[in-house]
Amino acid sequence: MSNVLAIARREISAYFASPIAYVVIGFFALMFGFFYYSLLLYFDRQSLQAAGQAVNVNEQFLRPVFLNATVIFLFVLPLVTMRTYSEEKRSGTIELLLTAPLTDLQIILGKFLGAMGLYAAMLAITLVHVGLLFVFGNPEWRPVATTYLGLLLMGGCFVSIGLLISSLTKNQIVAGMITFGVFLMLWVINWIASFMGPTTQQVLNYLSITDHLDDFTKGIIDTKHLVYYVSFITFGLFLTARSVDTERWRG
Amino acid sequence: MIEVQHLTKRYGPFTAVDDISFTVDKGEILGFLGPNGAGKTTTMRVLTGYMPPSEGTAVVAGYSLLDKPIEAKRRTGYLPETPPLYPDMTVREYLEFCARIKGVPRGERKKRVSTAMERTRVADMAERHCGKLSKGYRQRVGLAQAVLGNPEVLILDEPTAGLDPKQINETRNLIKELRGDHTVILSTHILPEVSQTCTRVVIINKGKVVAVDTPDNLTSRLRGSETMYVQIDAMGADAGGTLAALPGVTKVTVSDTKDSVTGLEVESEAGRDVRRDLAAAVVARGWGLLELRPMRMSLEDVFLKLTTQESDAPVASDVVASEQPLDSARDEAEVAHE
Repeated sequence: MSNVLAIARREISAYFASPIAYVVIGFFALMFGFFYYSLLLYFDRQSLQAAGQAVNVNEQFLRPVFLNATVIFLFVLPLVTMRTYSEEKRSGTIELLLTAPLTDLQIILGKFLGAMGLYAAMLAITLVHVGLLFVFGNPEWRPVATTYLGLLLMGGCFVSIGLLISSLTKNQIVAGMITFGVFLMLWVINWIASFMGPTTQQVLNYLSITDHLDDFTKGIIDTKHLVYYVSFITFGLFLTARSVDTERWRG
Repeated sequence: MIEVQHLTKRYGPFTAVDDISFTVDKGEILGFLGPNGAGKTTTMRVLTGYMPPSEGTAVVAGYSLLDKPIEAKRRTGYLPETPPLYPDMTVREYLEFCARIKGVPRGERKKRVSTAMERTRVADMAERHCGKLSKGYRQRVGLAQAVLGNPEVLILDEPTAGLDPKQINETRNLIKELRGDHTVILSTHILPEVSQTCTRVVIINKGKVVAVDTPDNLTSRLRGSETMYVQIDAMGADAGGTLAALPGVTKVTVSDTKDSVTGLEVESEAGRDVRRDLAAAVVARGWGLLELRPMRMSLEDVFLKLTTQESDAPVASDVVASEQPLDSARDEAEVAHE
């Protein structure tokens, strides 16, 4: 475990030693702030029009904000994960890790936690926005908590695929581009669902990463979605381990 | 300490290392010699657990790399061809990170890091970012990383590449200091380095071991007969014949002439020292004896002889004659430096 943390710490310090962390977090903060503001204006008008009827801040404001914010993660997470393995392979530092008394799993988990740390830092920024809401309104805290849980799990899926793709190439740009493509595909895969037969439709809907977030934003922790996210992350990390291992054999 | 048996490594259809076996005893410094692409780096990568062999076994510090890779890696320090430095970390941060992943206990880390920095003389750059170091410092920080855990086995891939002569000397001395408590394998293609630092040499070519021996034995083994180089001033026309007639002398050839000075190569039966007779004969005839010294095959010649295709062809004597003075001059210069 201390090995995993050592790698994770080094990953996080690498993000913050380079412009990556600042660019990614800055861009995210800007976009999230804009989403927050524009949806707040929209919510404001809605509540005026509702004229006396109860409006739900969680349901009608926070939920759309976070569901929209996932688009930003789609763009920025490939930038976070693309360097994880590619950079080490190119610079040769992977030799240090692979010849140190570490297991592949420890290295992979360390890198996963490192990227998740940066992701968590991005999410932490949104606490300011949510906090303001608690100061000036009275939203329910439970749906907010489940939303964050859902976002963490969804980010874990993205990061695990990102790690896998980064472990396949020495070229960061290639890794970033493919990761982005895969994220996008997993995002839109259920668009065609309604045109398919019932079975295909179910499969496609099940595959969509963001679809599973929906219940979390409503304050529901459904084991179906938990199982989906956790098995997705595990599978992604497992494939990364296989990829690192075959890379050794191929040399 | 290190046992390699029938090690083979293939990359697809290409065989990089082909059935090599050797052992290294505790405290030895083994020199790994070979032309580029001979399989040195591949062998080292297998020994450090970076990649598994296609066939064969390797045991490092008593642990098989196949069954107990973590235990073997714990006892091995490795300096790859390019020092594996993180450009965004300072030297101290980097070494502390290395100490942590090498499993150095928390309380000892600071001390070990500063000892390693002292030993490799990088302490003055401790707060500098690795990405901003010169080649020589990068190499030494890489070395500091390798010796950090005080490992039983050190595997160094071209430790002196890219260093200036002073640093090369320091590094060699450091490696010599390590001898005894550490077992060292180092690869190089700088031959004087091998004769100076290594206790044994493995020469590999095209993935196969072509020779394993001490540097001294290698040079003498490949020398079929003793050869003396004699330089004479104002010698008579029959000099060649006169010297050839001496007891034990088998062959005399003129290797170079300049003005009145002639250089001769005098071959004699193996194990017979003809220097005394040679000198006496030259002096008795009133010629000027300017130089008389045994010609040894330099490690360069051994290396070339072993790694070039026509290994049966005799080593061209003119190569020996022209290389030898250069080589010994270089050796002397280095000795003087130390």
